[in-house]
Order: sequence, then structure tokens, then C-alpha cells
Amino acid sequence: MRRATLISVPYIWLLALFLIPFLVVFKISLSDIALAIPPYTPTMRDGFWNMLSQLDFENFVFLTEDDLYWKAYLSSLQIALISTVLTLIVGYPMAYAMARAPDQWRPTLLMLVILPFWTSFLIRVYAWVGILSNEGFLNQFLLWIGVIGEPLTILNTNTAVYIGIVYTYLPFMILPIYSALDRLDGSLIEAAEDLGCSRLKAFWLVTIPLSKNGIIAGCFLVFIPALGEFVIPSLLGGSSTLMIGKVLFEEFFSNRDWPVASAVAVILLLILIVPIVLFQRNEQRQAEAET
Amino acid sequence: MNRLSPFNVVSLTLGFVFLYVPMLILVIYSFNASKLVTVWAGFSTKWYGELLSNEAFLDAAWVTLRVAVISSTIATVLGTMAAYVLVRGGRFFGRTLFSGMIYAPLVMPEVITGLSLLLLFIGIGLDRGVLTIVLAHTTFSMCFVSVVVSSRLMTFDRSLEEAALDLGASPVDSFRLVTLPIIAPAVISGWLLAFTLSLDDLVIASFTSGPSATTLPMKIWSSVRLGVSPEINALSTIMIGLVTIGVITASLSTKHAALRAKRDEQAAARAT
Repeated sequence: MRRATLISVPYIWLLALFLIPFLVVFKISLSDIALAIPPYTPTMRDGFWNMLSQLDFENFVFLTEDDLYWKAYLSSLQIALISTVLTLIVGYPMAYAMARAPDQWRPTLLMLVILPFWTSFLIRVYAWVGILSNEGFLNQFLLWIGVIGEPLTILNTNTAVYIGIVYTYLPFMILPIYSALDRLDGSLIEAAEDLGCSRLKAFWLVTIPLSKNGIIAGCFLVFIPALGEFVIPSLLGGSSTLMIGKVLFEEFFSNRDWPVASAVAVILLLILIVPIVLFQRNEQRQAEAET
Repeated sequence: MNRLSPFNVVSLTLGFVFLYVPMLILVIYSFNASKLVTVWAGFSTKWYGELLSNEAFLDAAWVTLRVAVISSTIATVLGTMAAYVLVRGGRFFGRTLFSGMIYAPLVMPEVITGLSLLLLFIGIGLDRGVLTIVLAHTTFSMCFVSVVVSSRLMTFDRSLEEAALDLGASPVDSFRLVTLPIIAPAVISGWLLAFTLSLDDLVIASFTSGPSATTLPMKIWSSVRLGVSPEINALSTIMIGLVTIGVITASLSTKHAALRAKRDEQAAARAT
């Protein structure tokens, strides 16, 4: 009896507030837009079979016909991919250095990586507005040291979006790579060097393959949320920055086209299923390797 | 592997400069007398004064705090239950679906979670306000709590629970007297995580709140869309300061607790 309560309370909560809302989105993505509140035709009213006959794929067809949407999907994929690679380039050397740092420094270094994660995401993105704008600190600094003659336009471009994503998701990349490198047996590298590998070659042939799982986990932890990102492209990106999270938000709040917004959400979810499944498989394999 | 090469030192230094300089600039410029954020016009605390006399911000802060405390508390209870069921519950009908629903919200884009909850609330005719934000935040943060707690439950020595049961404790007593004290640190960090996630959330709150409830991130969002504002710099400084104090206190106290546990162990070893 007690066990049943223990299971059913969180179960029912998640069914009601996680699964059912998705089914609602799915249903609305198949309904027609109406100039009313709520702004879609409620298809459930006249019975189940009648509802089925009213559903159609019109919104999905509309998405394929309008350039905006598939461009937004492609550009989100591209921005998420480039940012993930950049985050890896910045994050790997940091994780590597942390794993080689003296033992007594490590807790402090770890805390320094985790601390930004606890501070507000919105504020960390906002901090870059004042740095990247035309009269911002970066331009002032570059003009002062004489590298550039006139201010660079960085804010409201895709470059600013990359910087924002790398900055906010860096801890997610560093932590899994650090934990993989931390477990790495140093004598393996010594063995490789004793057997005639140069330092660089030992790093390439031993360290990188042994930290592979950390790299994969870190990349997914950056790529998956970056794909649906809304705050960073809206605050740092320009009008030409197309990202699907932003399109969905605008479709919903500005155009008030709920059925199309729902269809956008359904497709975003379909695109995300592949990386999510790959990520979980990687985690499982790692868990199995440990036991 | 305790050899830091010059390359390691450089990458760590540059990395931490990248992570901390933007926040440092915010903090410094919150004390700037000028309204122009890039021109330094002397030290002043006037933006803090303006912030604290701005009722809209104070109201939003109060709403946010209430939502965060309530939702993280419910999420901690539900998340701990879910973790216990997943780790100790054995087989039951729909277990795969259950664990899927626990892990999916962790990677779900916020725009989708927000949109789907809003459509549900409208579908069942629930008025949007503090209650709906609490429901939304509880749902996604209970999953984070459950992941944190279940990783602690997995590494814990089950024979301790069995010993309590053998010695005549009821399952409830064994949970209360044995399991809970052991997983307590994980439950507390789960609560803190849920609390922070709720304080920080903009997207889901924007979808699920109505005109009656504006949270602090929503208020910040509407002011920073127009560019940099010194009041927001002051607010950011307060928030960064609170988090820094919190994280440093927490890490010092865990260090202290670890040292004490070690000392107790050594004392016990000497006594026997």
C-alpha cells in the first residue's frame, strides 16, 4: 500500500504536467488557427471521432512551404554545432590543466568552474551586452591598444551568439572531461613515453581516446540545450540570427499563431530525439564500463 | 600527473579570465555615477538606492522568492520519492516510462516545456499566476532533484537499511532513522539546485505566468531588452554577491565536516 503511494504520487504528477502537456501540443499542432481566445479551434468539443476528422497536417505543410522555418532549423543546427566545437576547444585545455594541477588546488579550481553555474544565466548573458557593443569594453580596449582603427560590430551578430553560448555552457563541457581525465591512470602516459612516443603523440594516442566519453558527454550537454536556446540569440544575436527557440517564442507571443508554434515545437522535438538518444546510450555505456 | 606545464597555466589563466571578467565588469560598473555604462564618472551607490526604491522590482523579487521556496520544497519531496522508487522500487508497471519522464525534462528545451504547460493550463481553464509558475517549476526541478538524490542512493550501503529492518524497525522508521540522515546532503543540494533553477528561470515563467505575477527574471528581461541599464548592474551585483557567499560557505562547511569526520574516525581507531 505504502509502496503504491510512493510510486503513484510522482508518477501521476509527471503524467499530468509533463506527458499530457506534450499530447496537447501535438493535438494543437494539427488544429486550425482561429481569431479567438484561445486562438485555435478546439477540436475536442464534438466528440473524439469528429475531432480526428478535423485534424490535418496543414501547419506542417505550411512550415515546409515557408523558407523561414527550415532556414531557422538549419541555422540553429549550425550555430549549436559551431558553438559546441568552440566550447570544446576552450574547455578541453582547462579541464586538462585542472586534472594535472596539484591535489590541494583542485577543490578550489572546481569551485571556480561551478560558481558561474549558480549565478543567474540571464545576468551572465546580459554582461556581454556591455562588453560587445560598439562603444563597449572590448572595442574600447582594442582601440586603446591600437589593434583596430574603428570599432568592430560584434553585438547583434552570430559571433556574439557563439561567444554567449561558449561562455554560459563552458562548465558543462569542463566538468565531464575533467572527471574522465581525473580517473585516467598517469602511468599509461609514462608507459607510452617510455616506449618512444613524443609528449604530443602520447597525448593524441592515449589521453584523448581515454577521455573520449567525457568529450562526448560534454559535447551533448552543450549541443542539446544550445539547439533550443532562446535567451542568447534574442539578447546577443541580431535580426538576421535565426534560431528555432526564438522563432517559436515570437510565433507564439508576437504572431499569436499557436497551431504553428506547436508544429514548430513538435519538429524541434523530433530533431532533438536523435542527439538525446545518442547521449543516453553514451551514458549507459559509461555506466556499464564502470561496474 | 602533478606537473603543470606553461601551456596548462596559460589555458587555466585565460579560461578563468574569460569566465570572471564579464561579471567583474558588471560589479565595478554598478558603482558608476554615470548613467552611460561605458563612461566612468566616479564612485556612487545611487543605483542601489534607486533599485531598492523601485517597487516593481521589489514586488517581482518577492514573487520570485515565494515561487522558488514553494516549488523547490515540493520538488525536493517529489524528487526524493521518485529517486527512491527508481533505485529501490524494483519492477513495477510503466517503470521505463517513469524513468523516461524523469530524464526527459533535463534535456528538454525550455521553450517546449513552457509552451506545452501553457497550452495545458489554458486547456483546463486554470488562471495563470503564481500557482501555475509553481506547478511548472516543480515539474522540471523535481527531475533534477531526483537525479542528484538517486546518484547518492546508488552508492549507499544497503545492508544498513537491512540491519535496521532485522532489528525490528518498520520500513518507515528505517527510512527516517537510517536512509534519510545518510542521503540528507544530497537532498539538501537537490533543494538548493531546484531553488536556483527556479530563481533563474525566464522562459518557462514567461509562458506560464499571467498578468498578475511577474518574476524577477521577467522584469530583468524587459529592462535589458532595451540595452544596458545601471539598475540591472546593481541588481546583478547583489545576486552575484549572494551566490558567491553561499557557495563559499557551503564548500567551507563541507570541508570542515570532512575534516571532523576524519578526526572522529582516527579517534575511534585509537580507542579500539
